[in-house]
Amino acid sequence: MFEIAIAPADDRGAKFRPVTQDSPLARYALIVTAVLFLALFLLAPLAIVFVEAFSKGIAPFLAAFDDPDALAAIRLTLLVAALAVPANLVFGLAASWSIAKFSFPGKSILVTLIDLPFSVSPVVAGLVYVLVFGGQGLFGPWLAAHGVQIIFAVPGIVLATIFVTFPFVARELIPLMQEQGKVEEEAALTLGASGFKTFLTVTLPNIKWGLLYGVLLCNARAMGEFGAVSVVSGHIRGLTNTIPLQVEILYNEYNNVAAFALAVLLAGLALVTLGLKTFLEWRHADALAGRARRH
Amino acid sequence: MEQDFGAFPALRDVSLDIQPGELVALLGPSGSGKTTLLRVIAGLNSPDRGRVLFDGENATNLPVQDRHVGMVFQNYALFKHMTVADNIAYGLRVRPRRTRPSRAAIKARVAELLQFVQLDGLGGRYPAQLSGGQRQRVALARALAIEPRVLLLDEPFGALDARVRKDLRRWLRDIHKQTGLTTVFVTHDQDEAMELADRVVVLNEGRIEQIGTPEELYDRPASPFVISFVGEAVALPVTIADGHVRFGGRELHIDTHGLRSGPARVFFRPADIAVAAEGNGDLEGRVESLRRTPAGVRATIAIDGYDQTLEIDSPLERSASLGGRVPLSLAKARIFPADENGEYVDAGDGI
Repeated sequence: MFEIAIAPADDRGAKFRPVTQDSPLARYALIVTAVLFLALFLLAPLAIVFVEAFSKGIAPFLAAFDDPDALAAIRLTLLVAALAVPANLVFGLAASWSIAKFSFPGKSILVTLIDLPFSVSPVVAGLVYVLVFGGQGLFGPWLAAHGVQIIFAVPGIVLATIFVTFPFVARELIPLMQEQGKVEEEAALTLGASGFKTFLTVTLPNIKWGLLYGVLLCNARAMGEFGAVSVVSGHIRGLTNTIPLQVEILYNEYNNVAAFALAVLLAGLALVTLGLKTFLEWRHADALAGRARRH
Repeated sequence: MEQDFGAFPALRDVSLDIQPGELVALLGPSGSGKTTLLRVIAGLNSPDRGRVLFDGENATNLPVQDRHVGMVFQNYALFKHMTVADNIAYGLRVRPRRTRPSRAAIKARVAELLQFVQLDGLGGRYPAQLSGGQRQRVALARALAIEPRVLLLDEPFGALDARVRKDLRRWLRDIHKQTGLTTVFVTHDQDEAMELADRVVVLNEGRIEQIGTPEELYDRPASPFVISFVGEAVALPVTIADGHVRFGGRELHIDTHGLRSGPARVFFRPADIAVAAEGNGDLEGRVESLRRTPAGVRATIAIDGYDQTLEIDSPLERSASLGGRVPLSLAKARIFPADENGEYVDAGDGI
């Protein structure tokens, strides 16, 4: 015979701790480790960016933005983002639409390829473009003969940025669209809506928050990208330097205040992106629910 | 309206004629092709060959937008980001400007439909704020808004709990009566099909097994599949020899209607078998268990030479004793050749 008896340990009754809950000591140790790690490796560098930028007061900080090269870098960064983000928006929509709503041969290969930029080092991506479009590259002589310059010019920077950022929108939308299926679209079609109207009135509203989320991350990466852009840009001051490249040049010249002043712009962008992202996750969790957490 | 298809992966040689104003059920187990057939009518799937005719006019190549079918999807497919009123108005608002009703007319139509489906005052809600039964009614109102030529419903009660189902069944019957719309609905629930439909199309593995009124399906099932799927049935393996039906060592007095000699199966409803007076049985069985019911006794009986048991209700005074042998009489049975895929011979009523 097997007998089970449970009795309170004392008069105040027994306390039962679930087996999955660790002892208080282990819990606090884990929490403290995580917080210290974050403070040391994330918060401290972020704080130093701001401290260094304002180390000589507000005037030198503002003076950093009077430099025509710095302004050119800001303009170029905005231009690159303005071209790369819409390109990836269109690509991301097309790719996720075709993956989620149709089945075709090679679909899983396409899904894998979309992830490629996440697994390839950005420097390699930049080098590939140099090998294809550069002076000694595959199309280099032909391009030179027609007076088109891609490498060490703005087109190369845009291409490299598109390559590095193209998974963001697609990866955001694919699981969302797969989860939603196509039944609402079918309903719209039976009610007489054309394909385009169905897209505008049914598909787009269903994915708008996911799309915005993807665009946000895509934009942050497009403006902050260093490696791939560094390889194809050629670092020509006032012409092919984006903000991250300009920061590096200034820092190497021991112009700390100017370097960190520009870095403040990038850090500010990161903070705004983080804020908006958190807001989206908090406010529209349902609309983003289709996605697995990866970022 | 008429459909006529040849080779379609899920449908094989299906030919169906639906009269104006009829309420037709497509009944079959999952994978029988019933939803595919409904989607072909709607224009959401297109057949490899064969035709779909609406009022004699060939609609096979008519795009789904121009078919004017009111489709109610299995999980309703309501537009989550629109209010109930916007959902209902959708089909009117997406019309090209020439044929689009005025804002006021759309508003009036929505109000009228909301009242029709008994959802007045809920126009401002979102689908997520409604119960399953209410969503079902919004989906119906949305489909009716475009004044469809035919109403198609895919498992209209599939996602609802049993009590709501019963209410909505009656309600759908009323709606059909009021609108007079030709209505086709898909179901796997034979009670639902039999209770609601004027005619039931029984589908199995992409083929139509039988088309008929509920009476015809119950009384004159055309195939073993129909008799077993529509209502409960028991099948006994028998052999036919020279016009006599043999089951084990016994002869069953069933008219073979000229069925050729060989193995066959006799089907009967549990209600058609009863405990008989001594010496009058067609079959014999052994009582395996007895349970009281409000009206009498339910006996689980193993028929001699048959490896399954069946339950028979009998009044108290006729109750047999546990383990005892009882004679059983068959009031009605149907006989089909044993070869499932062979030509079915309508054997007519037995005995």
